[in-house]
Amino acid sequence: MNGLPEANINYDGPMAALVEFQSLTYEIAGRAVLRGIDLRIEENETVVLLGRSGSGKTTLLKMVNRLLEPSSGAVLFSGKSVTASDPITLRRGIGYVIQEGGLFPHQSVAQNVGLVPWLQGWPEDRIAARVRELLEAVGLSAAVYAGRYPKQLSGGEKQRVGIARALAADPPLLLLDEPFAALDPITRFEMQQHFSRLRKAYGKTALFVTHDIREALLLGTRIALLHEGRLDVVASPDDFLRTESVHARAFLATLNEWSPN
Amino acid sequence: MLLNEILALSAEHLWLVAVAVITAAAIAGPLAVLLTRHARPRRWTLAAVNVIQTIPSLALFGFLLPLPLIGGVGKRTAIVALVLYALLPILRNTVVGIMGIDPHVRQSAVAMGMTDSQILRSVELPLAMPMILAGLRIATVTTIGTATIAAAIGGGGLGTFVFRGIAMVDTKTILAGAVPAALMAITADEVLEWVERRFSV
Repeated sequence: MNGLPEANINYDGPMAALVEFQSLTYEIAGRAVLRGIDLRIEENETVVLLGRSGSGKTTLLKMVNRLLEPSSGAVLFSGKSVTASDPITLRRGIGYVIQEGGLFPHQSVAQNVGLVPWLQGWPEDRIAARVRELLEAVGLSAAVYAGRYPKQLSGGEKQRVGIARALAADPPLLLLDEPFAALDPITRFEMQQHFSRLRKAYGKTALFVTHDIREALLLGTRIALLHEGRLDVVASPDDFLRTESVHARAFLATLNEWSPN
Repeated sequence: MLLNEILALSAEHLWLVAVAVITAAAIAGPLAVLLTRHARPRRWTLAAVNVIQTIPSLALFGFLLPLPLIGGVGKRTAIVALVLYALLPILRNTVVGIMGIDPHVRQSAVAMGMTDSQILRSVELPLAMPMILAGLRIATVTTIGTATIAAAIGGGGLGTFVFRGIAMVDTKTILAGAVPAALMAITADEVLEWVERRFSV
């Protein structure tokens, strides 16, 4: 398992968590989607929310930037309850990446990447400089790509633009909802490695939703396994490989066909 | 002399259509945006506007005649009826255009911290514009046709020739109204389709 990031998180440290879920529950139409989630995410961590479809992982992610509101319990971002924050300001301070990047089809790559800086009223030359910097950082030549439209991009390129857009206003936290799920396996692997380097270079904390155990092991400093709305296991990749949880073992069993180099 | 009358009635016809379509757009546009935000009124409003569309135009003109304020013989009644017909295509296309936007696009707009009015102006309206313009085109073309019937209640326009021709059993007089109306509809269709293409993403 070469190349896996080391888990070097001090759980007992006095440092304030960047994100904290406290006894969080979420119900919709009488159905409990999340049942009592407690989790602290420290700065510079990549916590991967792993789970099967319907386990509540995307729902949990959406609680952080108030796309959904908790039924009970609380979500803290930088020590402050998100439900006490103005949602617009909150969201502009949190990067968000979804499948295919969720790019605006009627706007150029440069406009897409510069969206949040534009919303925050940056001067145009500063937006343009930031857009160039980020396109180069995600491996796209600004001269070639700035003027293109999303429909002229490949899946991998769209995803790179999506990540550049999320980083544009330099938010401390990135939320990623299965960003690489639609990519072919090779592009996907490239993007995972690229994302990992980029996150470290920019010093970002990330909450990353996936149902892919390989992706979780590769990217997570910790893996939080959700099962039917509960946290089943929260562990570093190394500890996750050794866990006794049946739900975790079920995910790990899918790796048997795969032989690591 | 006939040519002069054709030109005068064509101008009058065009004026009826323009006033009706612009008024309908001014009502249907903002109403459609409101309806995209509220599911229940959306259903019954679209149903109501659908019902109006099914009333035969000659009957609708007849129904409006006895009404106070908006009724009576003349242009005003004709315009009210034409506005009612033009509402549906504009309203329906605007609603469908906005509701049909990829939910991922709207979700990422919300998640980036755009306000509702920013989402409307910078995301929803530009993306729905081809659909909205298609609605305006359909409304304009059908109003050009329906406006010929407005002459039955004193609305004027090219329908004046058509009804006169029917009364006199004179095909040439009917054609003097019908041909310019058809040309007007075809031209409007072509021009508005060109505008629509320029806005498509």
